[in-house]
Amino acid sequence: MPILEAKDLTYTYSIGSPFEKTAVDHINLQIEQGEFVGIIGHTGSGKSTLMQMMNGLLKPTAGTVLLDGKDIWEKDADRRSVRFQVGLVFQYPEYQLFEETVYKDIAFGPKNMGLDEKEIDRRVRETAEAVGLREELLEKAPYALSGGQKRRVAIAGVMAMEPRVLILDEPTAGLDPKGRTKILSQLREYHKRTGCTVMLVSHSMEDVAKYVSRLLVLSHAKVVCYDTPANVFARGDELEKMGLALPQITRVFRLLRDRGITFPDEVYTVNYGAELLRARLEGRAPQC
Amino acid sequence: MESLIKIDNVRFSYQNTEEPEKQTEVLKGISLEFEHGELVAVLGHNGSGKSTMAKLLNAILLPTEGTVTVAGMDTKDEDKLLDIRQHVGMVFQNPDNQIVATIVEEDVAFGLENLGVPTDEMRARVDQALHAVGMYEFREHAPHQLSGGQKQRVAIAGIIAMRPDCIVLDEPTAMLDPQGRKEVMRTIRLLNRDYGITVILITHEMDEAAQCDRVIVIDHGTVHMDAPPEKVFSHVQEMRELGLDVPQPTELCDLLRQAGYDLDPEIMTPEAAADAIAKLMQSANK
Repeated sequence: MPILEAKDLTYTYSIGSPFEKTAVDHINLQIEQGEFVGIIGHTGSGKSTLMQMMNGLLKPTAGTVLLDGKDIWEKDADRRSVRFQVGLVFQYPEYQLFEETVYKDIAFGPKNMGLDEKEIDRRVRETAEAVGLREELLEKAPYALSGGQKRRVAIAGVMAMEPRVLILDEPTAGLDPKGRTKILSQLREYHKRTGCTVMLVSHSMEDVAKYVSRLLVLSHAKVVCYDTPANVFARGDELEKMGLALPQITRVFRLLRDRGITFPDEVYTVNYGAELLRARLEGRAPQC
Repeated sequence: MESLIKIDNVRFSYQNTEEPEKQTEVLKGISLEFEHGELVAVLGHNGSGKSTMAKLLNAILLPTEGTVTVAGMDTKDEDKLLDIRQHVGMVFQNPDNQIVATIVEEDVAFGLENLGVPTDEMRARVDQALHAVGMYEFREHAPHQLSGGQKQRVAIAGIIAMRPDCIVLDEPTAMLDPQGRKEVMRTIRLLNRDYGITVILITHEMDEAAQCDRVIVIDHGTVHMDAPPEKVFSHVQEMRELGLDVPQPTELCDLLRQAGYDLDPEIMTPEAAADAIAKLMQSANK
């Protein structure tokens, strides 16, 4: 049974007004436990609306969201518990820090869950470490931190609830390359260590290609495909028509194909591409 | 001819918020010149001092030591402030923070109104600016109905309506999706090529820097590199150590070079990489 499921899920903003707009249109989707999902789509494709329905923040106009097979909007459903189980990190979450210290900010979620001091302390320290915040920062005021550090505090705050599904809406937006790699590799570690399901909304094809196990592509409020990165990038022309940029490495290999040099699989990471080429040049089988 | 902007041995310190008696030195002696018509990218990790450098270019900040000269005017000269800002306009990261009016064309006219430009001329300049960024058809729209990329183009139009010699853009695409990025980059290149406007682009996107003529790398408040993009990106290891990156085609060729294959270290585009690799494959098959 999938951990999260969307059935005919629909959301329409401003119903009955001239600005009525269907942001999510009859989406069907099954997310399996332990998956690392990347979500891509142009602005207005419905990514953020879909994610906000997945943890019960927005109530669907039609259709259902199932967590462990149970409709989260059922009359007797415990939506508070749903939000602890499906944690959502918004875009630019660093603007949402409000406590006096970093420690208190990370502890806010676990505290609301009614956990005891000892458990809260363990979670704060563990997640702070997971996102690379040094111990001495915990007693600092959030405003004294750099932008990248603040963002990691916000992510830690959601991780500390130990949700079974962690959703992040563009966690790397506006960061420099080093900051991006840092957050993404920490997420990968977190995913490996906890085995929880991670859903990552991103505009960067290069980033999602490197880290995720499955890719969800949205366009005009509908699902275009939900598949492995290799299968998704194999439909490159279609993606480009939707205004999504292919990773540059994929473009190199598409151009090589035009020049008569073909490989059976689509290439979407640089290391894999380099290994394929070396193997071909050395007349051996690739080691990947 | 003298350069458009000259930064001469500039240092800049911020007051430390926690310990006011302490100063944090962000720029540690920078000297740079920008010529008319250049298309320049400025790279550097967060906190390297690149945004501070940008704000010195039109007197939003003044150097603690050294001088910044714009078209022969010292930015410390308060009487010249308006003049300096008419020469060098600035576009920021967040499009929502820069739009002041409720109609696109009124927003573009805002700067001109403040300059007291006559109505007829204002009309002509606003129309021309909107054409230049490809937003003329949207002139009567409300800004909130526009996409991020479109809003950013409106912000750019507001600047070019004032006919500056130079536009400084501080991470203008950071909050945009790939489509919006493409639109803004296309607009920037066009303004540079067809209107001869000097563009200084602060960015974290290596592929955007690759589209410029000159790349300046700022690290710890000093100029670390200043060269054409293909030269800058050929230093793959060094760029990594600076917390930056290189375009993927450059990285691919670098990995192959490390394995002993002869490839040009200055390859940046997918096309150039594909050509070079195809040639390598052909000669290997002989």
